[in-house]
Amino acid sequence: MYVLYAIISLTSLGLLLGLLLGIAAKYLKVESSPIVDELESLLPGSQCGQCGFPGCRPAAEALAEGKASPTLCPPGGAVLVEQIAMLLGVDVDLSTVTEPELLVARVSEDTCTGCTRCFKVCPTDAIVGAPKQIHVVVADACIACKKCIDVCPTECLQMHPAEVTLRNWRWAKPKPVFTVESDALC
Amino acid sequence: MLRNLFSKPRLRGGVHAEERKSATESSPVITHFPLPKKLYIPLQQHVGKPAEPMIKVGDTVLKGQLLAYSQGMISAPVHAPSSGLIVDVNDYPAPHPSALPIRTIVLETDGKEEWLTVPVADDPFQLPPEEISLRVGAAGIVGLGGATFPTAVKLNMGRENHVQTLIINGAECEPYLTCDDRLMQERAADIIDGVRLMLHGMGTDYAVVAIEDNKTQAYTAMYTAALPYAQIEVIQIPTRYPMGWDRQLIRYVTGKEIPVGARSSELGVTIHNVGTAYATHKAIRYGQPLVNRIVTVSGGAVGQPMNVEVPLGTLMSELFEFCKVDTNKTARIIMGGPMMGEALPHSVLPVVKGTSGVLALTQEELRDKQEQPCIRCASCVTVCPAGLRPLDMANNIRINQLDTAVDLGLKDCISCGCCSYICPSNIPLVQYFKYASGEVMARQQAQHKSEQTKRLMESRNARMERIARQQAEEERERLAAKAERERRLAEEAKTEAEAVEEVS
Repeated sequence: MYVLYAIISLTSLGLLLGLLLGIAAKYLKVESSPIVDELESLLPGSQCGQCGFPGCRPAAEALAEGKASPTLCPPGGAVLVEQIAMLLGVDVDLSTVTEPELLVARVSEDTCTGCTRCFKVCPTDAIVGAPKQIHVVVADACIACKKCIDVCPTECLQMHPAEVTLRNWRWAKPKPVFTVESDALC
Repeated sequence: MLRNLFSKPRLRGGVHAEERKSATESSPVITHFPLPKKLYIPLQQHVGKPAEPMIKVGDTVLKGQLLAYSQGMISAPVHAPSSGLIVDVNDYPAPHPSALPIRTIVLETDGKEEWLTVPVADDPFQLPPEEISLRVGAAGIVGLGGATFPTAVKLNMGRENHVQTLIINGAECEPYLTCDDRLMQERAADIIDGVRLMLHGMGTDYAVVAIEDNKTQAYTAMYTAALPYAQIEVIQIPTRYPMGWDRQLIRYVTGKEIPVGARSSELGVTIHNVGTAYATHKAIRYGQPLVNRIVTVSGGAVGQPMNVEVPLGTLMSELFEFCKVDTNKTARIIMGGPMMGEALPHSVLPVVKGTSGVLALTQEELRDKQEQPCIRCASCVTVCPAGLRPLDMANNIRINQLDTAVDLGLKDCISCGCCSYICPSNIPLVQYFKYASGEVMARQQAQHKSEQTKRLMESRNARMERIARQQAEEERERLAAKAERERRLAEEAKTEAEAVEEVS
């Protein structure tokens, strides 16, 4: 008889606690911080690792926790810094941010053997080619991740500064003769 | 009277820039410019997509023959400015502050000036209006005031929007330039004919030719030429830069303010330059495409300043030689007017459809003065025709607050240069705005690229997953097939063995 009581009470206790835990898991669920998702969507998403974090998601987490500076992402440039600073509500000094130099990979046609290794690692499918045919980089799709440079057996892939054309030529910023205090603005 | 008192002022901002037109305004247009040996014809002389070449090196072409056809909705074709041989289709420096390469057709002239004969309508007013804009488009006509927007597109928009007023822009508010002034003085009847053809092409029955009141002779000529036509009115407007800005002119003539982001045709007004009207006349009456234009060559370093009619593709250096420009005295070469024109690094660049003038200015004519701190006099606010606050915008751009500058109206800045002109502290305001506009565009492009990168990576990942899944499936199928085959072999062996047993 005692054995039966013990079984019943322990079973019901287990069921009750299980039910409570189930309810708690549903109603008191801790979601991942939405700001991390938002930050991740701002970051380039190429997982290049130049910030020192293993990828864009960990970098976004570090940003949200305040462990990293908004200026962490070199490929993002000043635009990204501004966006991150606005999202996090912090002030950053934009004058220290250097715009990343635009680079694109280019295949040297003299040394390309058509080994197909580069376009297999290209994360944006920016390299086109076929076995034993010279490969070509589509400059508009290249994100300068340099993965192809590492795998090329003949070093025919090199990074070059992006070409300045009439389409992307811009006026230079006038050199300031005087510095303006930021609180002098209205 | 009372209404006038309460209505908005029809002129906003603007400056009285020194005109400096006297050197060229009273002498006739030179039409005997010696034909250059080589003409350099860029494939993009207009807003929109570049034209696509349809000739090859070694072809012989006639004057007016189509060299490159227009691609897409907003584009314009390019024609041979003279007869001769095509010697090259390659990259040559563009008439642009950067002088970066642009696709160019090089034509070696044979001196015969042989026209390609095109049938023309006896009475173009019997043609359907669509036909007028088709012919204008095929003639490669673009806005000759400097904006170089394809004219046929504008005519079509005018027809589709049932425009009531056609304004013909004869303001020519930029200092030094007198090419439109001379054109109106010498070829008024042709311009008026072009205006009538434009009216027909748009299905509109009222046109106003607006001429600044410093060009009295041009006004008289145009007024006389327009007298027989009740639908064309010629008016004088105050001389005040930038009177020739389309929105300022429309506001002055019609009292209508074009909202930000709207097109003037949506408000029932379309504006064309006098040069464009003249080119339309040439195209419809004579079947001649746009192959030459009148260029003002002026400035302190020019020995014989004049207006010259030159074939498109003529090098500015040849023009300078013809007009006896002293290269030692030349401190800056400008294509267009001094206010909105573009400084060129050298003069070995071709004259294009939008080249209204080429100026060779001396050091004394430039205002390269030391920049001083802003004294917040707000002169720039007073003169801004777009109603912006240039000083605030420039301060924000200086500290890279481009978003704030955009909020202050950076995108409505027309780079007219009034603020820089009036600034007592010589702050290069327009340069700030040009820089910022370019930067904002670069950022938009970067944003676009990052979105594209994400899309490319997602599609690549999806493809990789799909391939992996397919391979796994194939592997499974292969294994299953192998097992099946082995089972069958075993069975066969078994039945064989049984058969052997039975036999034995």
